[in-house]
Amino acid sequence: MTISAAPTTTPAEEAPTVVTVVSRKAPVVLSIFTVGLALVLLLGSHDGDTTFRLSTRDDLFQLPAVTVPAMVTAWLLVVVMAAIAGWSWALTLRERPTPLWLVALFTVAALVSFLAWAAAGGTIPVVGLLGGAIALAVPLVFGAMSGVIGERAGVVNIAIDGQLLAGAFAAALVGSMIGSTWAGLAGAAFAGLLVAVLLGVFAISYHVDQVIVGVVLNVLVIGLTSFLFSQVLAPNAAELNSPPRFKAIEIPLLGEIPVIGPVLFQQTAVVYLMYVAVAVIAWALYRSRWGLRLRAVGEHPKAADTVGIKVNRTRYRAVLLAGAIAGLGGAFYTLVSVPQFNREMTGGAGYIALAAVIFGKWDPIRATLAALLFGFASTLQGVLSVIGSPVPSQFMLMLPYVVTVFAVAGLVGRSRPPAADGVPYVKG
Amino acid sequence: MTGAPPEIPGETSEAKSGTTAPGDPPSWRLTLREIVAGNVLTAVLALVLAVIVGSLLVAVTDDEVREASKYFFSRPGDTVDAAFDAIWGAYTALFQGSVYNNRVDDPATAIRPLTETLKFAGPLILAGLGVGLAFRAGLFNIGGRGQMLLGGAAAGWIGVKADLPAGIHLVVALLVAMLFGGLWGALAGFLKARTGAHEVIVTIMLNYVGFYLVFYALSQESILQAPNSANPKSLPIQDSATLPRLLGDRYTLHLGFLLALVAVAVVWWILNRSAFGFRIRAAGENPEAARTAGIDVGRTYTVVMLVAGALVGLAGANQVLGTVTSGVTVDLDAGIGFDAITVALLGRSRPLGILAAGLLFGAFKAGGFAMQASQGIPIDLVLVVQSLIVLFIAAPPLVRAVFRLPAKEAA
Repeated sequence: MTISAAPTTTPAEEAPTVVTVVSRKAPVVLSIFTVGLALVLLLGSHDGDTTFRLSTRDDLFQLPAVTVPAMVTAWLLVVVMAAIAGWSWALTLRERPTPLWLVALFTVAALVSFLAWAAAGGTIPVVGLLGGAIALAVPLVFGAMSGVIGERAGVVNIAIDGQLLAGAFAAALVGSMIGSTWAGLAGAAFAGLLVAVLLGVFAISYHVDQVIVGVVLNVLVIGLTSFLFSQVLAPNAAELNSPPRFKAIEIPLLGEIPVIGPVLFQQTAVVYLMYVAVAVIAWALYRSRWGLRLRAVGEHPKAADTVGIKVNRTRYRAVLLAGAIAGLGGAFYTLVSVPQFNREMTGGAGYIALAAVIFGKWDPIRATLAALLFGFASTLQGVLSVIGSPVPSQFMLMLPYVVTVFAVAGLVGRSRPPAADGVPYVKG
Repeated sequence: MTGAPPEIPGETSEAKSGTTAPGDPPSWRLTLREIVAGNVLTAVLALVLAVIVGSLLVAVTDDEVREASKYFFSRPGDTVDAAFDAIWGAYTALFQGSVYNNRVDDPATAIRPLTETLKFAGPLILAGLGVGLAFRAGLFNIGGRGQMLLGGAAAGWIGVKADLPAGIHLVVALLVAMLFGGLWGALAGFLKARTGAHEVIVTIMLNYVGFYLVFYALSQESILQAPNSANPKSLPIQDSATLPRLLGDRYTLHLGFLLALVAVAVVWWILNRSAFGFRIRAAGENPEAARTAGIDVGRTYTVVMLVAGALVGLAGANQVLGTVTSGVTVDLDAGIGFDAITVALLGRSRPLGILAAGLLFGAFKAGGFAMQASQGIPIDLVLVVQSLIVLFIAAPPLVRAVFRLPAKEAA
């Protein structure tokens, strides 16, 4: 897909074979965000101090709350953003790409500036905000991991939403029947796996277009779970739809670190499972034999087949594993968030997870960061609606999605999926 | 996600024998060939298979069946009878709610369900065409919801606020709906063309953005909200802007269905007879080859999304100006934006296929409500059956294996 206006190709003069492609999109987008935020500050100037509360009442180490003048802080950070944008321009002119950490720094500056401005006269519970973001990101992260594994093996997994929903349903049902959260979690993984079996049969064995199978499976799971909910779960809510809940566990020592402790290490078991899952997947995908084979099957199945890797078997295993992982994510809804199942309770989170996969360029760590950003945005909406902000709430709620469109158009651009993504493998 | 555009449903290898190319024999002979080759047969069998699964679901979850199954081993007949009653009741209600109600004597009342089916089919066909057209260009338009919301809200804005003579009022409202829906769609196409932003992410995000935009408009009295109201809802649409009823006040069928039929014809013409349609199909089948042949693929993406969005926007207007004229709400899309994807898939992205699929799903919708009311079976059963139909139709070898038909000969 070319006809792009942005990338400028400049062959170096001495060595004509070396071609560097530097996109101007990063500095352009950073500049747009800087100017946009500056405009918001100009138009909606309001005085007062903003307090950032850094510790909760139960913390061992109490940090003092930081109170700053709202407008001054916001403007200072806009200056920082402008500096980063300028740096990015300088890098681009010297034909060097803008590093990821610079973009991350820019994002943090923009968020803090925005928070300082929006919450003028109020208090931002920093710990609650970040901790909530991690919790809300759980289904998104699990879903994104599922997407990454599937697509790296060459199978597009649009059915993430269906797997999350099936996981939520099974977790509620099994958890209520057995009365154990861990049984519910196992049930959720199994339900996600069942959806993945269908995906595998149709996409891998019968070569049905994977996008179609994914979309249709989502509808099927919505239909099935809603039907069974009305017919079976709702009339017998006490026995079948009141699962136990995971409780937050504080990890000794780690949980007592100021700010980081309460944010990262006073969470539920599902969150710790998520840390482990992301770490293991990120390691295994690039460092293990399993990961090498999986990526080979997704990039060039024919070559993989030639050296003796069973392409479709590898894909089946990847899809089933991905389904089980997404199912675990779905358990978050009924075993952590709200202890009962409701129709369509994922609210399209699977599609957001899919966006995180593409946003994260099919890389587990980047996809996780993207999912965390979405989680943060959802929590922010809640916090800001409590403190009350000068902008109409609908625009606040819209913001993460607008930012995503900008970011996808500008920062990510033409992301390259695995070469054989979505293509069934027919031996011969 | 696929970097290459998703395979166009109409062009899968199983469908090759059924595709019409200019210069092919007349359509009746094609139809005959299709029946012989088994495409129609597998479609019917897929329908049967989906209905069987739906029946099992009804039987298993039916209260009386479960009561009877407690003494299954002493009187197995009771369980079978109860299951049969439940299934028969469900599908009779579905039929009576969607085609012909044989419980009433008056034929004019008895055919009312059929008009309801057509009413529900209208927006499904329109939105299905929008999704299907984008499919043909290799774009996956999940943004039906946003495009419908924008189009519907814009139509409602004209319908509530503008004071125009009857007739012109309606036309203006429809055109503005197409404009807003079209621009919302074109935005995704434009971003794809200029920056390579994946249309799946962009359209999903635009769904949310569109939702909150419409929500905002509905909470501002200066834009859409009804005066002195706490709810995010507009005033009812003025009579001069509503889609007139087609068969008198006795039936709720309105002009929207005819609009859908016109749209089918227009899209068919665009795809099969116009240079633009050729560019769409070329870009969809092989963008690289299309580019080599001198087609501006980026512009094609933008324009095709403009047209697709306009069609979906028209579906939104159809809802606001025809089906629910009591005022614009944020639920105006009624899930049609997503249903449209299944309609387009079932119709294999071909206009006539989408027409048929839209009619079938319209019947399911009309019948589903009747089934829920009279038998207490949740309308979600319809979703299950619908999605199974699409799945099975997409996998003819599976259907053939289930019914032990011989494998299809290479056409």
